[in-house]
Amino acid sequence: MRTTFRTQAMAITKRDLMRERRSGEVLWVTLPFGAIALLLIPIAIGTDRPTLRAIGIGLFWVIVMLFGVLIAVRQAHTETQAQRDVVALAGIDPAAGYVGRALASFFLLIGFEAVLAVVTVALYDVPLDGWIWMPLVMVLVGAGLSLLGTLAASIVSTGRSASALVPLLVAPLSVPLLIGATQTFEALRLGRSSLTWTLMMTIVVLLLAIAGVLSARTLQESG
Amino acid sequence: MVENGTIVSLQDISVRAGATHILRNVILNVQPGEAVGVFGANGAGKTTLLRLLATLLKPASGSGVVLGADLNNDERYEVRHRIGYIGHVPGLYPEMTLDENLSFIATAMGIDGAAVASSLAAVGLAGAADRRAEVCSHGMQRRAEFARILMAQPEFLLLDEPHSALDGSAVDLVDDLVRQTIEAGGAAVLVSHDRSRVDDLATFSVEIAGGTLS
Repeated sequence: MRTTFRTQAMAITKRDLMRERRSGEVLWVTLPFGAIALLLIPIAIGTDRPTLRAIGIGLFWVIVMLFGVLIAVRQAHTETQAQRDVVALAGIDPAAGYVGRALASFFLLIGFEAVLAVVTVALYDVPLDGWIWMPLVMVLVGAGLSLLGTLAASIVSTGRSASALVPLLVAPLSVPLLIGATQTFEALRLGRSSLTWTLMMTIVVLLLAIAGVLSARTLQESG
Repeated sequence: MVENGTIVSLQDISVRAGATHILRNVILNVQPGEAVGVFGANGAGKTTLLRLLATLLKPASGSGVVLGADLNNDERYEVRHRIGYIGHVPGLYPEMTLDENLSFIATAMGIDGAAVASSLAAVGLAGAADRRAEVCSHGMQRRAEFARILMAQPEFLLLDEPHSALDGSAVDLVDDLVRQTIEAGGAAVLVSHDRSRVDDLATFSVEIAGGTLS
């Protein structure tokens, strides 16, 4: 009758992706706004090509962080107490719930990053030096943001002032990911090793995963 | 069904929300084969009592055991899958169909997928399995929740206003579910305003007022 951690986590992931597919919040709201933000900036600052090329990659990561946070924390306002009760009484391990929700956000964030990367290359004429590192950095940023957002959503879903707290929690903690992502490409542009930055992002991801898994039961309890 | 006798034993349990006492010094014992009716005005603490019994809340003071698990420690996580709780707000995901809602729970609990269709059929929702929960009436959503309970076959039922929004046939179905559970050696706690209907099912009843049982 009882199931494994993996089965429970995958059931949660499938549920979240199914709900997203039906509601279309990421596809029809967050993604277009992210793309529009990238479009508006050249209009605001002018279309000087060297300037756009210089700021393109940095702007891409800023937009990914700002809008990616919305994707990662969307569950804070889409799950009711009654739904959380049903999940708890199904005997789902809270840590499996955390991993499953983070995994669903990760898949959505990877898709989001991929679309915005194409838009950035097209609009900003970004040089493709070091592009081979792009998938790794996208995965690390996607994993970090999804784990961080899921943790923040779990924390705020226990309180009444919920959504207002999310940016306060997520913004400062996502800074290491933003710095790591931008500095990886800056290092590549200058012909230096980017290993330190990718290592830093990996450590951040691991710490967030450990923090989320270890605190999952406590957070569910206080809900 | 239940080893070792008592299904619920609460001794001087209190539950607080911040500084406010929601339940005070509650004493309640439920044995296998018993159904308990809980009555009280709005805000009396009925739902909090059900959520405490469902192991979803931790007592602020006192001691309690549900299905052999101490409410004050992590044992309570191990018995949750044996509890069938239906609150007054449906816990379905509105974007998902009734079938998908139940399949999610079946997968998470390791229940055979065939039980989803048979449970929906048992509550008269076979023809609505592919309908999204958000377009189902409140009564249909309640039926779907009972299908979830049927599927999981819990030993301890906790039902908040179990007959609310249900038509005659569904009311009979709920009553049958309660009777089958207690006949199998389980137990049920029913919170309701409809005293006459719950009195038919209950072994004994308690009143709750201001968070205190009498």
